[in-house]
Amino acid sequence: MRPDHKYILEMIEPDSRVLDLGCGDGELLGLLMEHKNCRAAGIEINEKEIYKCIERGVSVSHGDIDSGLADYSDRSFDYVILNESLQEVLNPDRVIAEALRVGRKAIVGIPNFCNLSARLQIFFLGRVPVTEGLPYKWYNTPNLRFLSIKDFRDFCAERSIVIERECAFNSKSKTLFAHNLFSDIAIFLIRK
Amino acid sequence: MSPSRIVETQYFTFAHPPQELILKSGVKLGPVTLAYETYGKLNAAKSNAILIFHALTGDAHAAFWHQGDKNPGWWDLMIGPGKAFDTDKYFIICSNIIGGCKGSTGPSSVNPATKEPYGLRFPVITIEDMVAAQKHLIDHLGIKTLLSASGGSMGGLMALEWALRYPGTLHSAIPIATNYKHTAQQIALHEVARQAIMSDPNWNKGDYYGKALPAQGMAVSRMIGHITYMSERSMEEKFGRKLQGKEKVGYDFSQDFEVESYLKYRGASFVQRFDANSYLYISKALDYFDLSEGSDLVEVFKNVKTKFLIITFTSDWLYPSYQSKDVVKAMKANDIDVSFIEIETSYGHDSFLVEIEGQSKLVSHFLSNVAKAVIK
Repeated sequence: MRPDHKYILEMIEPDSRVLDLGCGDGELLGLLMEHKNCRAAGIEINEKEIYKCIERGVSVSHGDIDSGLADYSDRSFDYVILNESLQEVLNPDRVIAEALRVGRKAIVGIPNFCNLSARLQIFFLGRVPVTEGLPYKWYNTPNLRFLSIKDFRDFCAERSIVIERECAFNSKSKTLFAHNLFSDIAIFLIRK
Repeated sequence: MSPSRIVETQYFTFAHPPQELILKSGVKLGPVTLAYETYGKLNAAKSNAILIFHALTGDAHAAFWHQGDKNPGWWDLMIGPGKAFDTDKYFIICSNIIGGCKGSTGPSSVNPATKEPYGLRFPVITIEDMVAAQKHLIDHLGIKTLLSASGGSMGGLMALEWALRYPGTLHSAIPIATNYKHTAQQIALHEVARQAIMSDPNWNKGDYYGKALPAQGMAVSRMIGHITYMSERSMEEKFGRKLQGKEKVGYDFSQDFEVESYLKYRGASFVQRFDANSYLYISKALDYFDLSEGSDLVEVFKNVKTKFLIITFTSDWLYPSYQSKDVVKAMKANDIDVSFIEIETSYGHDSFLVEIEGQSKLVSHFLSNVAKAVIK
């Protein structure tokens, strides 16, 4: 199991209702259905991925995250997941606000743009960093937003969003201290 | 053709007077005959039945072959052993709608009271009436709950209508390239087609049986229909500006372009295979259709527990995707389990008949997941 999926599974209570924004091939939702007996739904923009979701038995809507959330009424879900997708949306502020309207809680997984490796590459190489968590060049990255773990904490604080849990890790293990320095990816459990 | 894929149309007659079918308009119709075909085997628990609804000019012959035919049924690419609607696993039923002209009671049928074809004396029917008639057939076959119902275009409307009208009798539904109400543009296009038929002197207020057929009006209405079933791109790819049987344009009003010839051929063959009055009645039924009946669509889906897979096509401008998206939104507001996909294709509204690869994957996987939960 992918480490991010493992940590997200740990954050979710059994029998919950879960919406995954940018659910890809539905792997995470499939795991949540299987291991946590969740009622799962996804939103995905890529047509090819929709076929894989349907094959897994994951209910999915073809569309973009920015407009897809508008279809749901308040508190339709226990959790709204934005795993590795927030950095690709046009309006992250609105998407987070919408996620916390539609879900009781949100789980946000972000790639950390300011870990040690990235910092060293900028400092010593003078180039935009390419890391394991961020394998793209500037010209082919799908990412529109570049943020760090600290940036996301600040973002939440400014909006009175409570971070219930924060879990950070890199390709080797869970990060135990100095998340922003040693982690490729962080996952936040947040609520209003 | 293997004998296992030969099929014969069957007939079921019900609503004998005085127990006529009461139509939405309040008018009584009876007796009513439905032409239907089945493919595959109904299991002992009668839990593997899937109802297929056809589109405006379709018929009960959805799949397999009639003895001696050149072509199989209209959705044979989707229905059969190992296909999307897998006849090795499921029992597939398709029935001609009432108002049609392919074996079910319609304006060209003989009115038993007068011993003459109904013509315009046939009562106006609605999508709701067509669905109600097919419910009688499903009851007759002893099926309490359908595993699924599916269809494209008008067939999709009927699948939605069934889910609403008979909650608890439908585990899942796959409406394709459809809408929940006919919009002004859809009504307008139908009205042009109807006017083409009704302005043909041979139409004779619907009384043309045994006489010259309103061939010219039918041809024009079919030409309009065909344009709306394709997309600008698919027409450009198929015909472009190619000339038909000549090197240069004629500078007269004879036929120049291949697309003209194609439409004329389609139009001319239509009158041979379809009844003009049926076209008027069915197109009108579509235009009357509004699942919401003017009220909030969210309210409409309140008691629906059916699981849905809704499919649209990017180039379908006759039933554009946004209309199905409104349905998806109303379903989500009711916590209905719905999946939605818009398939990228240039075939326009006709995609549900020809874009088989993507649809097959979706339908077969969706159905096997539904079946897993239903068929023990």
